[in-house]
Amino acid sequence: MMTSLLYGGTGVILFALGLWAFLVYEPLLRKLIALNIMGSGVFHLLIAIAERGALPPDPVPHAMVLTGIVVAVSATALALAMGRRLEDDDDAG
Amino acid sequence: MLDSLALAVSVPLIGALLVTAVPGRAQGLGLLAALATLATVGLVTAEVWQQGSLRSDLGGWGAPLGISLVADGLSAALLAMAALVALAVSVYATGYFRRGETDTHFWPLWLLLWAALNGLLLAADLFNLYVMLELLGLTAAALGALTGTKAAVEASLRYLLVGLLGSLAYLLGVALLYTAYGTLDMALLGAAVRPEPIAASALVLMTAGLALKAALFPMHFWLPPAHANAPAPVSAALSALVVKAAFYLMLRLWLDVFAPLVTPWAAGLMGLLGAMAVVWGSWRALRAERLKLMAAYSTVAQIGYLCLFLPVLTALPTGDARDDLLVALLLMALTHGFAKAGLFLAAGLVQRSAGHDRIDDLGGTAQHMPATTFSIALAGIALIGLPPSGSFIGKWILMRSAIESGQWWWILPILIGTLLAAAYIFRVLSRAFNLEPTPRRFVTQARTEVPALLLALTAVAVLGLAARPLWRLLGFEGGL
Repeated sequence: MMTSLLYGGTGVILFALGLWAFLVYEPLLRKLIALNIMGSGVFHLLIAIAERGALPPDPVPHAMVLTGIVVAVSATALALAMGRRLEDDDDAG
Repeated sequence: MLDSLALAVSVPLIGALLVTAVPGRAQGLGLLAALATLATVGLVTAEVWQQGSLRSDLGGWGAPLGISLVADGLSAALLAMAALVALAVSVYATGYFRRGETDTHFWPLWLLLWAALNGLLLAADLFNLYVMLELLGLTAAALGALTGTKAAVEASLRYLLVGLLGSLAYLLGVALLYTAYGTLDMALLGAAVRPEPIAASALVLMTAGLALKAALFPMHFWLPPAHANAPAPVSAALSALVVKAAFYLMLRLWLDVFAPLVTPWAAGLMGLLGAMAVVWGSWRALRAERLKLMAAYSTVAQIGYLCLFLPVLTALPTGDARDDLLVALLLMALTHGFAKAGLFLAAGLVQRSAGHDRIDDLGGTAQHMPATTFSIALAGIALIGLPPSGSFIGKWILMRSAIESGQWWWILPILIGTLLAAAYIFRVLSRAFNLEPTPRRFVTQARTEVPALLLALTAVAVLGLAARPLWRLLGFEGGL
């Protein structure tokens, strides 16, 4: 119980830290890292709630985390591609 | 046996894969997929019409483990509207995009967006909704940047980041709900949710995330540049459908899942934000210098109208009056979907023919493009809410219910918004009707002008004069 509280609490703190960084910092790369930290926070929480004491862990949150990672990777890739496009435009102009 | 709910999601998905595999025939295949999707959506709507609501467990795995799709009157009506708008956008796109690079990039993303939209409207559990929301956000941002100009890429990147922030807040809410109740199915959650802090936190997080995606005031800042800089068919889809999908999900959460939690104060706050969105969005639309920017700000105002329904819906007891108000809400959403899509498509034609869309320099548009100007006027009628458009009935019922539930103050933003809407629409029309030689033909390019015209016509005439079936579709007695 204590462990899952520790992990879950860390997740929420990571989410809050990521949110703060997302709102405060201007550069695209920092915003993206902040978003990924927020995502990791949610994944932390999901992994923590999967614990069921003596029973084997609940598979549903695990599946959610896996799907969430796939989504986060593709979103980050798209944002990076767009950021790259803007940088190229700046270089050309 | 073929499952119409699964088909409604998989047909556009298969279409997207096909146009990716055979880019040379993207246009023909894309149109074919659009027609097939419309047919499956028609099937879903017909089945909901007959049976009330549908549920299907994919692969025979039921809740809580499997993925289920559900359809009721609300989702079927939005599904049908989305399919009609999307077909019109598809036909328009064949004439709008020149053959080449943009064309082959448009179709896969567009069909994928459609699949995500249908999936979102049909999903039965909160995590699937998250996946569909993300898919919708990714495809929408990519489509918005299709022109490749600096302004468009910047606006779409901001749209993407804001969308990601919104969906992460939503996902944290989902995680909290799963912690508390151990299920993600909306129907099961609706029965289990009790008024306690963890559910309230989830409601706040999910509403904030979705409000960001639905561009509810004051979180609307990303919408005008993103929608105004996208290619016209994309703007139409973004403004008419994508924003509304986030609102639909918010409505589902407030009415179905979190019903025991919603206090008059919480609903009043949503109404207040909605009222501010109506006034601010309409004012900025009036001040906008460009036609597409005006249309985008008008979307901000229209989302505000939809939020104005929440406090009145919460205040009314279950019964005929509440049913009427729910239909009015749906009617407003449908009318705006058709009207805004028509307006954006027409604005795209004006921009293409004049080379710009500055409202002050639109003189003579009515003479050059009579059908397009007529579409703008018709869409404008629906946005203002003049009879016989669907939004006239919607606003009428909303104002009546506001008075009946003792919350007369919600009428003020509606009146101000309507007045401002009339001002910004007539500002465009008065510019368009400068004297020049009268044209010979009403329709100059049928493939692009007719879809815009039909959408605007549906918003004004069809939804207004034939609103009655909506009551039947939602399973309610009575009507107007």
